[in-house]
Amino acid sequence: MRESTIMKIHYGTALAAVALVAVHILMRLTMGFAESLEYETVLANYKFIPYALMLELILILLSIHGFNGLRVILLELKQGRSYEKAVSYGCFVAMIGLIAYGSRTIIMTNMGMV
Amino acid sequence: MAQVSGIADEQTSTPLSSSKSVTLRIARYNPEHDDTSQFMEFTVPYEIWTTVLEAILEVKKHFDHSVAVRYSCRQATCGSCGMIINGKPRLACFTKISELNSNVITVEPMNNFPIIRDLAVKFERLFDTHHKIKPYLIRDDSELESDAKEFLQSPQELEQYIQFANCIKCGLCNSACPTMATDSSFVGPQALAQAYRYVADSRDKGKDSRLKIIDDSHGIWRCHFAGSCSQVCPKGVDPAMGIQLLRGYLLGFRS
Repeated sequence: MRESTIMKIHYGTALAAVALVAVHILMRLTMGFAESLEYETVLANYKFIPYALMLELILILLSIHGFNGLRVILLELKQGRSYEKAVSYGCFVAMIGLIAYGSRTIIMTNMGMV
Repeated sequence: MAQVSGIADEQTSTPLSSSKSVTLRIARYNPEHDDTSQFMEFTVPYEIWTTVLEAILEVKKHFDHSVAVRYSCRQATCGSCGMIINGKPRLACFTKISELNSNVITVEPMNNFPIIRDLAVKFERLFDTHHKIKPYLIRDDSELESDAKEFLQSPQELEQYIQFANCIKCGLCNSACPTMATDSSFVGPQALAQAYRYVADSRDKGKDSRLKIIDDSHGIWRCHFAGSCSQVCPKGVDPAMGIQLLRGYLLGFRS
């Protein structure tokens, strides 16, 4: 993939994540902050499908943006063909791993398995 | 022999009888013998018009002829005498001692360049990256094949790139760039500014090939927009702006 395409995704995920995290924070303000973090309230959020979908989206957006940012930092720290390949593939695999683990948590909670 | 002494006489115009003097600290380093650079101090007389380069040549003439420095035109045109003067990348021939407002002038070789000796650095990487972005007009037609003898431009079209054509390849922007310090494969602000110079030229048809070259994992996207390249340019070129305008092409905001 060309670097400009990757960076378009990088900027796009950042903007989308800012918008969705803003919604997420605003939702916390619909009740008292401590109340919003109570166990039952958090579970209720996960079981509400539109909210669970938004959390899943935030997870994907932040994982893509964060791991690409990490890739960029590591590429600037050190150079070399094998190192750069390892960094790029390593970040991609880590990103998939985090999305998979986070999605598993969201789906299991949504389905009442937690 | 007479010719040699003539060249030596021509090396400085600063009279030693000047009433004011400054301490010139010169970084000395020979990679073949030394582990680290060391500073040598010289007291040099100066006048209000004396440049740092003239002071260095004064040292070479009267105190230590072995100081290595690259210079040529002495009028900020050739881009040979770039160095770190009191912590900032500057052209030695374009920096007056009097404007530095200091009794101690420290001169060091440019950052982000391998040192040949003392103040002289290798320019290979600068020229390689400059050459890489194809710094010439690319067209399918040419004057030889066409009746037109010149490629006309309007003043507005000229305005798009003219400041970037002032680049003298002195390397001060690359020396000031923080990304150049960590990323040994980074194209650098000089080459990126020159890429913009040709991409923005209405006569040029090589935009796509140039954008492809800089659209690399160590290309234009590694610029953090620190802006130090633009601050140090002695010719008023704004590489940071050129880089942002180039990004506009790659992001689809410009065509």
